[in-house]
Amino acid sequence: MKFGVVVFPGSNCDHDAFYAIANILKKPVEFIWHQSQDLANCDAVILPGGFAHGDYLRTGAIARFSPVMKSVEKFAKSGGMVLGICNGFQILLEAGLLPGAVMRNSGLRYICRHVFIRVEQTDAPFTNAASQGQILKVPIAHNDGNYNADEATLADLERNRQILFSYTTPDGANDAAGNPNGSLHNIAGICNRERNVAGLMPHPERAVESALGSADGLVIFQSLVESLVTAAKATA
Amino acid sequence: MATATTEIKVTPEIAAEHGLTAEEYSRVKQILGREPNITELGIFSVMWSEHCSYKSSKVHLKRLPTRGKLVVQGPGENAGVVDIGDGLVAAFKIESHNHPSFVEPFQGATTGVGGILRDIFTMGARPVAVLDSLRFGPIVAGNGVSEEDAAKNRRILDGVIRGIANYGNCFGVPTVGGEVGFESCYSQNPLVNALALGIAKKEDLFFAKAKGTGNPVIYVGAKTGRDGIHGASLLASAEFTEESKQKRPNVQVGDPFMEKLLLEACLEAMQTGAVVAIQDMGAAGLTCSTTEMASRGGTGVEIDLAKVPQRESGMTPYEIMLSESQERMLLVAEKGRERKVLEVFKKWGLDAVVVGEVSDGGLLRVKDRGKLAAEIPAHPLAEEGPVYRRPIAQPALRRETAADWFAFSADGTDLTPNFAKLLGSPAIASKRWITEQYDTSVRTNTLAGPGASDAAVIRIKDPETGVVKRALALATDGNGRWCQLNPRVGAMHAVAEAARNVAASGARPMAATNCLNFGSPEKPEVMWQFSEVIDGLTVACNELGTPITGGNVSFYNETLGKSIYPTPVIGVLGILEDASRVLKIAFREEGDVIVLLDGANSVVAAQHAAPVPAAEREFSSSEYSKAIAGIVAGEPPAIDLAVEKRLQEYLVALAASGAVRSAHDVSDGGIAVTLAESCFAAAAQTTGPGLGAKVNLPEESAPAEYALFGERGARAIVSVAPTFLARVLESARQYGVTARQIGQVIRGDAFRIEHKGSAVIDTSVAKLHDTWAHSLERTISAR
Repeated sequence: MKFGVVVFPGSNCDHDAFYAIANILKKPVEFIWHQSQDLANCDAVILPGGFAHGDYLRTGAIARFSPVMKSVEKFAKSGGMVLGICNGFQILLEAGLLPGAVMRNSGLRYICRHVFIRVEQTDAPFTNAASQGQILKVPIAHNDGNYNADEATLADLERNRQILFSYTTPDGANDAAGNPNGSLHNIAGICNRERNVAGLMPHPERAVESALGSADGLVIFQSLVESLVTAAKATA
Repeated sequence: MATATTEIKVTPEIAAEHGLTAEEYSRVKQILGREPNITELGIFSVMWSEHCSYKSSKVHLKRLPTRGKLVVQGPGENAGVVDIGDGLVAAFKIESHNHPSFVEPFQGATTGVGGILRDIFTMGARPVAVLDSLRFGPIVAGNGVSEEDAAKNRRILDGVIRGIANYGNCFGVPTVGGEVGFESCYSQNPLVNALALGIAKKEDLFFAKAKGTGNPVIYVGAKTGRDGIHGASLLASAEFTEESKQKRPNVQVGDPFMEKLLLEACLEAMQTGAVVAIQDMGAAGLTCSTTEMASRGGTGVEIDLAKVPQRESGMTPYEIMLSESQERMLLVAEKGRERKVLEVFKKWGLDAVVVGEVSDGGLLRVKDRGKLAAEIPAHPLAEEGPVYRRPIAQPALRRETAADWFAFSADGTDLTPNFAKLLGSPAIASKRWITEQYDTSVRTNTLAGPGASDAAVIRIKDPETGVVKRALALATDGNGRWCQLNPRVGAMHAVAEAARNVAASGARPMAATNCLNFGSPEKPEVMWQFSEVIDGLTVACNELGTPITGGNVSFYNETLGKSIYPTPVIGVLGILEDASRVLKIAFREEGDVIVLLDGANSVVAAQHAAPVPAAEREFSSSEYSKAIAGIVAGEPPAIDLAVEKRLQEYLVALAASGAVRSAHDVSDGGIAVTLAESCFAAAAQTTGPGLGAKVNLPEESAPAEYALFGERGARAIVSVAPTFLARVLESARQYGVTARQIGQVIRGDAFRIEHKGSAVIDTSVAKLHDTWAHSLERTISAR
């Protein structure tokens, strides 16, 4: 089992994702340079947070054209697991690997703080170690996390149970009070219809040790590990 | 000036326009042995500007203590460096960007952060934290402040905050602390002091010394444009007038993405082993970097401007040498191995061009398409600039009588309304609205972010294994109001409080950095303040074991002839031997005993029930006096550094022993504010019912307001599990610290302080919290 963390110019949570996997999960992981088309036989690919190419255009709009994204797309199409965190999520949206878009936060300011998200579906490789409705305390840190999509897309997401995480209050109400950035339906993270590509705005890799305020994000990585183990067994 | 060419003949008038005095100009001619050309004049004028040459401060700065067991590098390099064990070092430094931030708040603040970050990674250290010490004019109208001025100050604050956030967030360094203060004197002259901290392996440190004749000099990063020409000399070395807005083109523009690439590429290039020296291009750009590298290395440097990457066409040598375009670096590589270095920068998509070489003979030689554009001996240019022992004069004593002082309320007065008002005042109110705009948790090292502990605490991951053992704590402090009233004592308080904050997080203070913000050095009263502050810092840093390892001086902080308060901002760095032993301010358990620690022994502490006139005089300099009565007078509290030291040592010992559940020093707003903040922090930790406090203050003979809101130093409030109480009281005795039980942490919402047998504050945590938590946001958004 091996994880790959893609490094775009301007990625700045690449080390954090790497650290969470190598030092906390204690699983093999390596960096993949954005100009490489070789995913180095990784079993799961993480697009980390940051400001790829400075995000001077729409977030993720340039990064999606990086050579590595061709391979990521191919990998995803063949069923490989891809997780986009924050800027990585934005890149997946731009690349069309996930539906919808994010806009500037409704408050028009960058927000960094712990929020609460509810696990809405547990039959995805990113959440299967969590329990349905589990509330996770994880930090957000973004300017553009206001998830938006047209009515038809939202209906699709609901119908196909693609909304994996939604923002809630600490006691689990997903109302306006729990919504930090204006996202429609309080959406914090989604997956594709095939359930092997997911993205979320919050940073689970920053919530893997209680010393840093929360270890709730660990369950997302543990889900990935379990899914990879299961997949490996199935092919063995 | 922007159209200057080498053909312009230099006259004494042009020299004067460049800010050089007649005497300085003749010194230039003496060094060169001839008249300078216009490019050379420009080079001298920036290098000898106050900002770059420290010509007015040098004679005083020499008095500061700069040595210590743990100091690896003191002042004079890009940043100070201290040993943090296991082969690792911490590089840290604070620097001002005041003038640009007034002229253009957003860009001024971004480039301030960018500049200090470059100083850190130039040393080979990866930046792991930024703190910002900010001062603005009043953001609330009233008390002689017009709504127009308040609105302007709010706009400056908003721009500065957005600028800091924009740069740090994109670059990927957590902005974890600092302070924000408000005084009228900063209305036309905000202070933006940014501190950065980085970590490196000791053997991987880099210095800015050009060595090895024939070694190539490589220009890296952003292209050179016409922005920021004379930023250092014109903007930072002169006071503001009505025409200052015209200086906007002198402010540089920041590109945090470019800087992030530069960081990664520089650290990677350093790993090739082919980099000999490296220096960032900050103030005075190419001029300063070439001159200083040559001067420090005892060599010369020769560059060809035709090779310098340029953003626009037709730039003159004068403009290229003086440009302050951001995100540029100059490095010296080992001859024959430069390809390796260039390849790294190519990988990161950065311009990297060999623009010249190290030469012997000690000359800075600048060529432009084969023509000699400037030729100056580097060492005299860098080191033999003017040094002034400017006149010093103590300002006339303020005529003050008891009528100017704060008048205490009668015993038994309900102080709850005043307390709520104090908690809502911008200086005391929660800064969460600001700090939430900063990425505080990137790099996953933040053990205590803004407001969680008295200091920001960052854990140290071993660069190779990621294993965590120790943590670093950082705090900044500087009370301009106190320094105005008594510069020497005020400066001592700044060091003492920053060190106390570090100790209250559990870390042992080890070194300091300073940013000295003052008015015009041409005014004898300002130089008196400066000299007094240096003396105060010297005594305090010596006594508290925190040598100064670097920093900067910012003079000319005045507008229309009016100086700011003398504002030394001190950053203290401390080390926590066990990263799991961080002390935070939040109360944690119902039933814990609240203990007031006082570095003063019980005799002094009893005397502290000072006679009322002395208490009034001291109290008139407090935050409460200013917020409630609008009175700023008297003297800062007297300070005894031995007493401070005792308390700090005890706090560090308490953290190591794990005997206390929380610690919070007593500072702005006194004991009452300290207690309230510990309750507020507890509420932030839980989603259930929070914790309150019930306290009975011991200072029986002092007026209630003095006991509750007095700001005498060397005190902290800790909460202790009942089973540990006896141990804490006993160990306090051993450390010579007075420990007194003053109350209890209670389940629920009550917040009650008794004094002389009657409740002087009796309210709920929730009510106080609402004012404190939302005041700043309400003020800013209520336009």
